[in-house]
Amino acid sequence: MIDLSTKYVGLRLRTPLVASASPLSHEIDGIRRLEDAGASAIVLYSLFEEQLRLEQMELDDRLAAGTDSFAEAVSFFPQANEFQLGPEGYLDHIRRAKRAVSIPIIASLNGATVGGWTEYARQIEQAGADALECNIYFLATDPDDSSNEVEQRYLDIVLAVKSAVTIPVAVKISPFFSNMANMAKRLDALGADALVLFNRFYQPDINLEELEIVPNVLLSTPQDLRLPLTWIGVLYGRLRASLAATSGVHGAEDVIKLLMAGADITMLCSALLRNGVGHLRSVENGVIKWMEEHEYESVRQMQGSMSQLHCPDPSAFERAQYMRAVKGAQHVVFSGREA
Amino acid sequence: MSAKRKIKTMDGNEAVAYVAYRVNEVIAIYPITPSSNMGEWADEWAAQGVPNIWGTVPQVMEMQSEGGAAGAVHGALQTGSLSTTFTASQGLLLMIPNMNKIAGELTPAAFHVSARTLATHALSIFGDHSDVMSCRTTGWAMLSSNSVQEAMDMALIAHASTLESRIPFLHFFDGFRTSHEVNKIEMLSEDDMRALINMDRVFEHRQRALSPDHPVLRGTAQNPDVFFQMRERANPYYDECPAKVRTIMEKFGALVGRSYHLFDYVGAPDADRVIVVMGSGAEVAHETVEHLNARGEKVGLVKIRLYRPFAVKDFAEAIPATVRKISVLDRTKEAGAVGEPLYVDVVNALHEALNHGYGKLRTLPVVVGGRYGLSSKEFTPAMVKAVYDNLEAAPPKEHFTVGIQDDVGHTSLSYSPEFSTEPENAVRAMFYGLGADGTVGANKNSIKIIGENTDNYAQGYFLYDSKKSGAMTVSHLRFGPQPIRSSYLVSKANFVACHQWIFLERYDMLSALVEGGTFLLNSPFGPNEVWDHLPRIVQEQLIAKNAKFYVIDAYEVARNTGMGSRMNTILQVCFFAISKVLPKEQAIESIRKSIRDTYGRKGEDIVQKNLKAVDETLAHLFEVKVPEKLTSTVEMPPPFSPSAPDFEKNVLGVMYAGCGDQLPVSAFPADGTFPTGTAKWEKRNLALEIPAWDEKICIQCGKCAMVCPHAVIRLKVYDSKQLANRPATFKSTDARDKEWQGLKYTIQVAPEDCTGCGICVEVCPAKNKTEPRLKAINMVPQPPLRVPERENWEFFLKIPELDRRDIKLTNIRQQQIEQPLFEFSGACAGCGETPYLKLMSQLFGDRAVIANATGCSSIYGGNLPTTPWAKNAEGRGPAWSNSLFEDNAEFGLGFRLSIDKQTEFARELVKRLAATIGEALAIALITSPQKDEADIYEQRQRVDLLKEKLKNLNSLDARQLLAVADLLVKKSVWIVGGDGWAYDIGYGGLDHVLASGRNVNVLVLDTEVYSNTGGQASKSTPRAAVAKFAAGGKPAPKKDLGLMAMTYGNIYVASVAMGAKDEHTLKAFLEAEAYDGPSLIIAYSHCIAHGINMTTGMSDQKTAVESGKWLLYRYNPERAAMGENPLILDSRAPTRKVKDFLNMETRFKMLLKSKPEDAKRLWEQAQQDADARYRLYEFLAQCKSKAAKA
Repeated sequence: MIDLSTKYVGLRLRTPLVASASPLSHEIDGIRRLEDAGASAIVLYSLFEEQLRLEQMELDDRLAAGTDSFAEAVSFFPQANEFQLGPEGYLDHIRRAKRAVSIPIIASLNGATVGGWTEYARQIEQAGADALECNIYFLATDPDDSSNEVEQRYLDIVLAVKSAVTIPVAVKISPFFSNMANMAKRLDALGADALVLFNRFYQPDINLEELEIVPNVLLSTPQDLRLPLTWIGVLYGRLRASLAATSGVHGAEDVIKLLMAGADITMLCSALLRNGVGHLRSVENGVIKWMEEHEYESVRQMQGSMSQLHCPDPSAFERAQYMRAVKGAQHVVFSGREA
Repeated sequence: MSAKRKIKTMDGNEAVAYVAYRVNEVIAIYPITPSSNMGEWADEWAAQGVPNIWGTVPQVMEMQSEGGAAGAVHGALQTGSLSTTFTASQGLLLMIPNMNKIAGELTPAAFHVSARTLATHALSIFGDHSDVMSCRTTGWAMLSSNSVQEAMDMALIAHASTLESRIPFLHFFDGFRTSHEVNKIEMLSEDDMRALINMDRVFEHRQRALSPDHPVLRGTAQNPDVFFQMRERANPYYDECPAKVRTIMEKFGALVGRSYHLFDYVGAPDADRVIVVMGSGAEVAHETVEHLNARGEKVGLVKIRLYRPFAVKDFAEAIPATVRKISVLDRTKEAGAVGEPLYVDVVNALHEALNHGYGKLRTLPVVVGGRYGLSSKEFTPAMVKAVYDNLEAAPPKEHFTVGIQDDVGHTSLSYSPEFSTEPENAVRAMFYGLGADGTVGANKNSIKIIGENTDNYAQGYFLYDSKKSGAMTVSHLRFGPQPIRSSYLVSKANFVACHQWIFLERYDMLSALVEGGTFLLNSPFGPNEVWDHLPRIVQEQLIAKNAKFYVIDAYEVARNTGMGSRMNTILQVCFFAISKVLPKEQAIESIRKSIRDTYGRKGEDIVQKNLKAVDETLAHLFEVKVPEKLTSTVEMPPPFSPSAPDFEKNVLGVMYAGCGDQLPVSAFPADGTFPTGTAKWEKRNLALEIPAWDEKICIQCGKCAMVCPHAVIRLKVYDSKQLANRPATFKSTDARDKEWQGLKYTIQVAPEDCTGCGICVEVCPAKNKTEPRLKAINMVPQPPLRVPERENWEFFLKIPELDRRDIKLTNIRQQQIEQPLFEFSGACAGCGETPYLKLMSQLFGDRAVIANATGCSSIYGGNLPTTPWAKNAEGRGPAWSNSLFEDNAEFGLGFRLSIDKQTEFARELVKRLAATIGEALAIALITSPQKDEADIYEQRQRVDLLKEKLKNLNSLDARQLLAVADLLVKKSVWIVGGDGWAYDIGYGGLDHVLASGRNVNVLVLDTEVYSNTGGQASKSTPRAAVAKFAAGGKPAPKKDLGLMAMTYGNIYVASVAMGAKDEHTLKAFLEAEAYDGPSLIIAYSHCIAHGINMTTGMSDQKTAVESGKWLLYRYNPERAAMGENPLILDSRAPTRKVKDFLNMETRFKMLLKSKPEDAKRLWEQAQQDADARYRLYEFLAQCKSKAAKA
């Protein structure tokens, strides 16, 4: 019997297949279907910290617009006795999700400033989440922001959240740091229970007809897994924190590669959006089949086996490998021309 | 005040609703100013599950009209429930038929009326007793409250009394003055209510209920043999009613400690002169009596509490034996009567009292009557004194007026405005703010802080503008150790605050400041620079009054703290910091607490930004040492341009300056008729930014002009010769349209009329290719452009309009060249209604007659001092009138019938006079098709010729034809109103008018709520929308008015949304007007009551259509006549989900935040509604065409 179980942020999971934050967890039915399809844990869709704030401001502005101006209409709306302007809806969702499924529920908080993180994190813990994933998406565009300041922002958030809650805190970050490994080490030192590698860098597009910059959210492709694979391979064995791979996890082989690089879990989103929730089961079956064929007994057995620490050629994760890769590419190009 | 009862500050409407809600089970409501708030409170409490005193939540139901509300109440009463309603003015009139029934059936009920003026020569939303006086014959008891506290007390006394007496009670209090005055009151407890409501009487009421378990027959028809006797059969109930009310009042006094009588006498026991009055004026008189008697006079006052049934004996006993002269004051006018109603009643009562020996008087005193306070006209102690003074004259003036200068009928009493009874130990403050800048909210909050946290009494009354954009508010606040009876405006203020710099240049606000008083100015200039920027009149008064002067840059503090345009917290802190009404630290702490209480439910960030504003304010508040010397060269400009006609300058201009009270009776027309084209004289300079045209980028599509709600963006095409002597910055370019080759083209903005809404920029499709953030029209700061663009605008106006015959109307690019005859309205900035009216005025305005239902469009269309309806160079333009709310379709049909009759008569006369005027002319006049602008032009030429000929003829026929000759040119009748009118209160009439087959054009400006009265739900309100009266989200879908109209088959129906497809809107307007029969255009109008960004209102419209939430279609019976499917569905199949639209608007989104589960369900149903409706229309549009083909 093959043992697929793994540990992530102290949680014992049946398999390393976790559903990452996505619209699939918007509804309780969706969460149930993810569990039924074999997800070993679910990261709920993200609570956007700025969105809550913007909604508060917008509601305040809209309800006040035009009031106390005209004798016949000193207001335009009934006074709602109680608005749920904080994360109440999200917290309620956590509670209902916990009641609906038996697998761990990991809440996700997305933001870029310290803002309301601590308060929201505390409320998320009270609502019963098994863990909290902090998705820190900060795009440094101000030329006056030094790398140090940018990094400090991440550290401040993690420190604030860790000091507010006792549940495990995973930190989802981007790979774009001067030294990703150093950043990972510092987050680890602050007590981050996991690093989730990586959040997607959403790059806008241009609508040529309208001459407008438009948001363009593309689903990941299997090629995207190289980035997390690289860094998980490098970081494995060097940190106390768990490592979660996300981006580009589409099939059984992707999962196996990432586990071998050192991931504790792999997270799926685009593949499920594209193929349906049932795809989880086929990935799991694929992993089992591969392990059977290659006579692996457990996930633990393969975890980190191809990391920089344990792989046959550690330099492959470094510049030497890059040199080889570039040369190899040149060869392909030139031989192509000659042909 | 008793310690056990809560002390609160609230307005009269809330005070009344608080009681009425708790002692009733069925509440039928309908919005009407100023009573709407009572219904809103009831609806909100019911939505929140607040129970009445018997622990059950009352049923609250919005009806389609006040008539409907009264009917529903009647039904509820007949089946044994305790039931009430709230209304005013015309609404009360619509209840009269049911009121007669309810009284005739001896049914206990109480209605609460915030008494409001009845529309006569004009509508007025303000207060007087003309509405309640119209109910004297209904058989209802009438109970008057004079103050906010009394309004709460009398509400309970009314309900208790009606149960005891079986006579229904009309409880009334003065609209606005009491309904909207905020005052400190002692709340009645639910125990008080239980103690006063006699449950035995409630059970008897239940016993009388219609029930099949003990059936009876009520509501019979009777014949001459018995009707009369039965009418008299109820007399004992009326005879016994006053005594029962007296007993209730005594019980109330014993319980609560406030003592009321049927008639309350106040003043010297040996008074020689007495005033009889009811309503808030009695409080003013009370204050004046005490003041005068303290100075040795012997005067008195009788306050009428129970006006009907009029208890003659009680009245007589209330009057001291020493009284020799009585003045009866009526807050109403009964033209042609012996006197006003209360006066006539008092005279009769005194006669009867003397005959029966009631009371202490043994001879009939001199009794005179007078009118005061119509339409909330100020009624002050000075006027009360004038009334007493009049009684000393020999003989006293009879049938007088007070408060106005009547130089026509010479009825008015003169008075000294300087006379004041204001106590020295009270603080009086006036605040000038801009609507929605938070001034009123801050002041209400200050009253609450002082009223509920200290022993001081507090009063607030708020004056609003009649404009919906850029409106000024003036808050009048009083604080003091004694109860405040001063139900009149502050005229001598210790503290004046100007919260907006622009008002300094427009209003003389320091005239009310007392010697040594304090002036707070929100100023962009600091303490060292501000002095030289002040207008001369301000400097003069600050020096002369030895005033203390403070400045704060609240704009900057608001910016720094994220408060935006809201300065409520900032200026409230300033008031407390300077005025010292409370110790500063205590006041600031109270403000902090209040911020947490008020904004806590809106989110922590809102709380924090307000708290931050408190701290920042104190650091930015500075005292300015008032110099001794005048330095200013800034003069206050005249309200209207000197080039305006005399009437506009001397009457409308004075009103615009806020000095209408000073105009004498002779200044006005006798019948309420006013000139049009007057809004152009108001240069309101509201916009901080205005659009600027980039002629190099512009593609001349005309969309900016089309959507401009205020008609401030104008297009002209003209010969280059017109550019001679153009101002240096006047922009012009070559016209791009092929048909205008060789001509010049200009888009000009009216810089001082623009409200800065930005809709034009939003819809502009032309982008700057090198910098696409810029368009062909861009918002830029107004102040630097004000002078040069004013010059450009004046130059632009002088360029002749293009001949209408040369404009292709089916193409927006060309059509928008037409001159708008609806301009610069006071509608909200970014209004979604006005672009439709403007389009109509461009297309048909020079021959349009408009019947306008009461609502937003009648207010921005016809609220004095000015009107946006305008005239062209030939003096032609829309003729406009508003009759009522409920009758507008019928009113407009009347126009049509009248015009058709006169046209028919004119044509008959032309035939009769053909030999005299010339056969050819006669034939041409009669046969002209008048299908297009060229035809119309030619017909006008013929009519001019005809009139020339007729002037020289003396026959009766010729004179008659001259009088109706203009009717030979086709007239376009437009019936305009909102959805409240079309879907609800006016629907019966609208249906009838549409079914008449007559050639009227109905334009429904569909905002999906009663916008004008503050956003109450109508039957047009879509499912899932939160609105007043639908606080929990509207559960039912929107009524499909268009589909209902289509069932007749002979009505042109179009559903349009300009922001979705402007060409479609234009096409629908042209087809509707061209159709020789009834037309109905339902025009989606975004609205501030939707809780949207008004700048992007047109985008909301687009999304509404793309999601299928709003359909575009045209149903043209002429197509059916040609064998085609009359219905064309102009909407494509939805490309977006309904939730995409719902997410754009607070009216939908707020339900997600207050009732997420309900929202989810209703949002899903809204999608189903849209899907089903699209499928139905698609089926109708397709299936019929197949049939036609077959």
